[in-house]
Order: sequence, then C-alpha cells, then structure tokens
Amino acid sequence: MAKIIVVTSGKGGVGKTTSSAAIGTGLALAGHKTVIVDFDIGLRNLDLIMGCERRVVYDFVNVINGEANLKQTLIKDKRTDNLFILPASQTRDKDALTRDGVEKVLNELAKDFDFIICDSPAGIESGAMMALYFADEAVVVTNPEVSSVRDSDRILGMLSSKSRRAEQGLEGIKEHLLLTRYNPERVEKGEMLSVEDVKEILAIELVGVIPESQAVLNASNSGQPVILDKESDAGQAYLDTIKRLLGEQVPFRFLNVEKKGFIKRIFGG
Amino acid sequence: MSVLHCADLSAATLQQLLSAKLAQAPAFFLQAPIVLNLSNVNQIPDFTALKNLFVELKLVLVGVTAANPEQKTAAHAAGLAVLQAGKANGKSQTSAAPLQPATLSTTDVTDNAKVSNTSTTVPASVTMDSKVVEQTVRSGQQIYAKGTDLIVKGAVGAGAEVIADGNIHIYGSLRGKAIAGANGDTSKRIYCYNLQAELVSIAGNYWLSDSLQDKFWGKSACIKMQDDSLVITELV
Repeated sequence: MAKIIVVTSGKGGVGKTTSSAAIGTGLALAGHKTVIVDFDIGLRNLDLIMGCERRVVYDFVNVINGEANLKQTLIKDKRTDNLFILPASQTRDKDALTRDGVEKVLNELAKDFDFIICDSPAGIESGAMMALYFADEAVVVTNPEVSSVRDSDRILGMLSSKSRRAEQGLEGIKEHLLLTRYNPERVEKGEMLSVEDVKEILAIELVGVIPESQAVLNASNSGQPVILDKESDAGQAYLDTIKRLLGEQVPFRFLNVEKKGFIKRIFGG
Repeated sequence: MSVLHCADLSAATLQQLLSAKLAQAPAFFLQAPIVLNLSNVNQIPDFTALKNLFVELKLVLVGVTAANPEQKTAAHAAGLAVLQAGKANGKSQTSAAPLQPATLSTTDVTDNAKVSNTSTTVPASVTMDSKVVEQTVRSGQQIYAKGTDLIVKGAVGAGAEVIADGNIHIYGSLRGKAIAGANGDTSKRIYCYNLQAELVSIAGNYWLSDSLQDKFWGKSACIKMQDDSLVITELV
C-alpha cells in the first residue's frame, strides 16, 4: 500500500520543491520505491531541481487526458535507484487537473510505488487542494517568520477539513512540521522565530529543521537534490528528516549557533 | 441559519406544523432567523401573511432560497432576501423533504468537517449541549456555536474566528478572534488559557489586540462585561 505524502506550505518560496526533491531522493536512498509528482501545473520547477529538465517528454496533464501512459511519462532518476519523477505541464494551468483524473493517476502509481510525494503549488486554490486531497501524510514546510507560520496554520486547517480523509471521516492526515531556512544566529538575536515558537503556534510534531545554507542554492543550480550533498549541513538535516519520517528517533541538529574557535575568531570566518 | 422545507406554504398549515415543532423546544428556536426553501413549492406563497405568522410564532423570516423567478419577485416585493441554496446539508434535506411535511435543519457556519452540526431533534430539556471542538482551530476557520457555549480544547490560531451565543472557553492560546454573546447577551464571558487575541468581543463590545497588550497578554484571563465596558480579570 503506497503512502501518499503531500509537501505543502500555503506560502510560496519556503522550500516546498527543494524539500520534495530531498525527501523523495532520501526515501529512495533508504530503499523505498518512490515517485515525486509535480502538482505545480504551469510553473514546472521540480524537473530543474532534480536535474531532469532535458528528459521531459510527456507530463502529468498528458496522463490525465489519456494522451500518454504513465510508463512513457515517468522519468527515472539517473543518480538514485528506485526514484521516479512525474513532471508537471508547463503550458497548461491548474484547472487542467480534475479530481477524478488525479485519483486515477495516483491509484495507478500506488500499485508500483511505496511512496508518492506530491509537490504542492503555493496558495490555497484548486492546485494546492488537489495536491493535498488524497494525502495520507503531510509535510508542512515553514520558514521561521510570522507570515509563513500563519499560512501554514491555514493549510493545516485545510488538511483537517478539505482532504479526502476529512470528508470521508477517516483517520486524519498525519501532519509533520518541517522548518526550513533556519538561522540560529538570527534566532539568538531575536530576529527570527525559534523552533519552540513555531512549534507552540502550529502545535504539530516536528520532523526536521533545515538550516539556512549555501548548499541549497548550489544544489538547485546544479540540478542535484541537496540531500545528495552529504557534507553539507542542509543535506545532513534532510537525511535526519527522512529517518524521522520513517519512524526513527533522531536528535535534532543545527539548532544552536556554532561556537567559533579561537583561530576563527581572530581571522574571521 | 435554519432552513424550513415545506410543500404547503399556506399560513394555516404552517401555523399548525410549526407550533407543534416549536412546542418540542420552545427556547431553541426563539427569534431564530428562518429561511424558506421553496424547491418543493410551485405557486407563489403569500409572503406578507407568512411574515406575520412568523412574528406571531416568535421567529424571524429573513428570506427564501431555491425560488423560481416569479417567487423571487414576490419575495423581493415583500422585503425578503433571496439566498443561494446552501450546499452543506443539501443532500439530507432533499431526501428528508418528501417524507415530512415540515423539517427544520440548522447549518453551522464552519468549514471544519469534524465539527458536528447542532442537532435539531432537541428533547425538551433545560440545558443545551455545549459545542466542543477537540482540535486546534486553524487560521481561516470559523466556528459558530449557535445558542450555546463553545469549548475549544486546542488553540485558536491567528486569523481564525470562534463565535458563540454563549460563553467561550479556550484551553489553549487565543490568537484569533473570539466573539461571545453574539446575540447580544452581555452576561457571557470569554475564558482562555493564554491571551494573545486579535479581537475579543462580548455582545458587540470589542477590544483589539492593541488594547490587550498591557495586562494579561500571554497569560490566562477571563473577559467579561462590567458597567457597559469590557474588563479582563485573572482566571484563577
């Protein structure tokens, strides 16, 4: 039975696609057959982050409309076994997705895959609703600042009222909080909400804290999910996140300001 | 708002049916706003007579829904609002309509599917059940406890609204808006575990968060009316 995980946030630019790519890759690295579905119809980005933009032939909307089958459309990741990407259409808009069409595609994917990661578009309109409707679990990506937190709260409300599980009275979607672009130095100066602040407001379980990192931008530019950059703090934080998603207990890292050594303090760094 | 489904809208029939229904729970529908659903009605009812009948029964007829063009014109002429048919309870209402000549149903103003609707078949008991929300009320959600108290076991997020005709109890942080005594009862109160509200209001008297900063911000508090103004006191 495939597990459908939606990566969502309400607000744009908080790291949904980066996180979708990292989580999908991480789950595949852990040996689970995983597909990442780009729901951001018209603003296709996932293919760039995954570095497969030159191999997109058909897309999600083609599959829904019956113009191509899944086998033709799924792109196999070249770096990671067990990992596939279902790209969004760039030439259409969100209305191209129908609930029946999405359900049909997800059902078909569920036969072959262990995890289906739905990369949601920003906003609370039809595209985002479509991405979260069929979810079993949700990763709510939040930046430590007030507007992102409020938008996440809104999306959490949607998850508990507008999803299939809510409408059919099933057990609710399991919600995970993923805090991204976390900067302990700015938190210490009081310029940024702390992990505890965000946890207190959103009142859901924390699955990961990704530090603000140059590695993320580098990874995006090179079309390589940051989780593959195992030297980087962001990569390691995503690896921890995957372990927690899979039920392991892992202590949180990168929450405190790194103490600078004597030499660094003199010469800067 | 309560919606009335009835195929026969002559004043005499309605008088009989509604009196019987109201006798079961006189307080529950006292001055309740009522909307007439005309989906099963073909002729144009005498709206003026109906309005007088509703006044007599201590109900307020506010408008009609599912009306055909002729009915709409007549309703407008009688000073009634023409409303869109609600989707939330549509199915159950249409299926119930042919069986019973008159049914009253309430639709809650909330987009939270888990929050149960107020029951219509209220036994003639003295107390009304409070509305209980088990989880956090998220930004953008609206919960209305009609004619009763509202109890929220989680927090109320910024941008969320909790409204009750009775008291409001929040066993978490109140960051959104809380409106108690919504039908004008100044004796109602708001209790919360952690006060960080955008707005608190009792019977239309309100304070914005600016006025709440000095005392009890971030602390537990009780908000009530005293001598025509709001006061905040300690919870314990």
